[in-house]
Amino acid sequence: MATRAATEPRAGKQAAVRTRDEAGSGFALTREQKLELYYYMRLTRSLEERLVNLYRQTKVVGGLFRSLGQEADAVGSAYALDRAKGDVLSPLIRNLGSMLVQGATPLEILRQYMAKGDSPTRGRELNIHFGSPDRGFIGQISHLGDMVPVMAGVTLSFKIRKQDRVGLVYVGDGATSTGAFHEGINFAAVQRCPLVVVVENNGYAYSTPVHKQTAARELKDKAIGYGIPGERADGNDVLAVYEVTRRAVDRARRGEGASLVELVTYRRKGHAEHDNQSYVPKGEIERWESENDPLTRYVERLTGAEAIAAAELQKIDARVIDEIDAATDEAERSPVPESDDALVGIYADPPTVEPLWFREGIRSAVETHERPASWGTHDPETAKATEDG
Amino acid sequence: MAEITYLEGIRQALFEEMERDSNVLCLGEDIGAYGGAFKVTDGLMAKFGEDRVIDTPVSEAAIVGAAAGAAHMGMRPVCEMQFIDFISCGYDILTNYVATARYRAMLPCPMVVRGPSGGYVRGGPFHSQNPEAAFLHTPGLKIVYPATVSDAKGLLKSAIRDDDCVLYFEHKYLYRRIKEEVPEGDHLVPIGKARTAREGTDVSVISYAATLYKVLEAAEQCEKEDGLSVEVIDLRTLLPLDDEAIIATVKKTNRVLIVHEDTRTGGIAGEITARINELAFEWLDAPVLRITAADVPLPYAPSLEDYVLPQTADIVRGIRRLAAY
Repeated sequence: MATRAATEPRAGKQAAVRTRDEAGSGFALTREQKLELYYYMRLTRSLEERLVNLYRQTKVVGGLFRSLGQEADAVGSAYALDRAKGDVLSPLIRNLGSMLVQGATPLEILRQYMAKGDSPTRGRELNIHFGSPDRGFIGQISHLGDMVPVMAGVTLSFKIRKQDRVGLVYVGDGATSTGAFHEGINFAAVQRCPLVVVVENNGYAYSTPVHKQTAARELKDKAIGYGIPGERADGNDVLAVYEVTRRAVDRARRGEGASLVELVTYRRKGHAEHDNQSYVPKGEIERWESENDPLTRYVERLTGAEAIAAAELQKIDARVIDEIDAATDEAERSPVPESDDALVGIYADPPTVEPLWFREGIRSAVETHERPASWGTHDPETAKATEDG
Repeated sequence: MAEITYLEGIRQALFEEMERDSNVLCLGEDIGAYGGAFKVTDGLMAKFGEDRVIDTPVSEAAIVGAAAGAAHMGMRPVCEMQFIDFISCGYDILTNYVATARYRAMLPCPMVVRGPSGGYVRGGPFHSQNPEAAFLHTPGLKIVYPATVSDAKGLLKSAIRDDDCVLYFEHKYLYRRIKEEVPEGDHLVPIGKARTAREGTDVSVISYAATLYKVLEAAEQCEKEDGLSVEVIDLRTLLPLDDEAIIATVKKTNRVLIVHEDTRTGGIAGEITARINELAFEWLDAPVLRITAADVPLPYAPSLEDYVLPQTADIVRGIRRLAAY
């Protein structure tokens, strides 16, 4: 098996290679399911492309985090869960695709990035940091690794209640260095929680390459120390991703406890849009783009071995764009949050905290136009009115 | 009605709540088969089984994180920190994940983190801490610290039923030293309400946990020796603070001493002082004074520990100084 060794110091210089000689068979996925995988991968990519446009128009309030080149690992792994059974996953910042599979909508994503008042977090949290336990995804926080113990607890509850449910938690290569990762995966292993830990090895944690993150030969080897199965697969082959994750999900559902799955992929954009990727060896990104793009590979597979007409895929592409257009229009019309909503919902009881004395009768500094123009996302008319005033 | 100890009050609360609600479970190190380092959970595993009384690895972050995950799914986990000193190992998940869950993600996180706290026991720097102030600064958490057996039981039961995360500090010096008859039946003590431990009119002393007993001793002494009528407020809940009770006692006596076992700088006494300043400055006849531990890690040797921690004589001195204004 040709591999892009996780810790290979020369990893940056080697050509992008596929981690499996043979493409995944995708178990017994139906034609419709294979097309659904394509839909979610295309939706992920196109939605992020739309977000780039909105970001450049300063309509995205904070940073923008791309999963370009990682759509197969996000979508294929989430697809291995059974939504009808109530399986739950916890996404990371590159798992937009996983959230879409679980039922997050483009409208929610757009409102969230644009900090709208009717976004899933009512403007409290950024980007794709939100959850919907009813639909089977739990919102992440920025502290990497922390979701592993949390998902160990989610799946512990499945075990205690003897429910036929499985959990999946995503971590990156960087998060495997945290204490929370270690404590959480060990806890889940000891308790035989029905948990799949997916390590998305995309080559970099912000700017730090994997060989500076760990001396382990492969990240899947970490499973040995926890006494659980560890498997590694080509993260850019959606069917291989589905297959390897599905095996781990099935083990968990059979009561065999936790597994670790390493998906080898590549982060083609920077940590966020602002990141110029100066630390990436010349030509590396281009090689992955031209030789190992997960969407291109899947299109080849679908139109080749699966004998699906290119026109059918183009119909899906058009549908995706229509959906994103409609969602964008609606998100742009969404209101910004009412400032004093900031004081609501810290606790169940009391339901709201009192405004501080110097804010009584005033909603916020925004209302008195105290934002400096240098904050970047200000409304020029408001700024002008303030200067004139 | 039989008298029970503070520790038995905690244990009764756990038994009763686990009996009442099958969603309640306990997680912690050595709490199951062994019954806990202080035997607080003794008998729990025999009654409720290994699924609901879980002996965990030495992993405070995982204990707290797993509790949060289970809580999201509708369970009501009670985590034991073997000593509350080790809660710092779960600080990240508690403050960043748990405390923000409802606000940032509308995710309920009903859970309790409890553990033996406090000094006067020759436990040294890592088995005597009072880390409550480290969490006081975190919106989204609640903090209780009972001083009596009834409150130990009633506050734990309320904490388990609360829909948010409650840090429940239990003072290990009090575990087997105080005994009380506890009201029969489903005894609940509301979170967020202080208690007047002693009525008085000349000076108010606000305190909580083990130092409350030193305050009561000092109040007796000042009454006997100086003829002073000292009011004593037992906070019981530290977050949210019972502003109403604090301000009521300020208006009654116009002189306030705050006593806590935690260190001085950044301790809760400073916060209470600031609130009195903001809400009742014109009612004061004297500056608000603090009696606290010195700003040092808690030392082991009795002569050192006794010097660092507040003692009855210190409190008497504080009361007399206030009365002299």
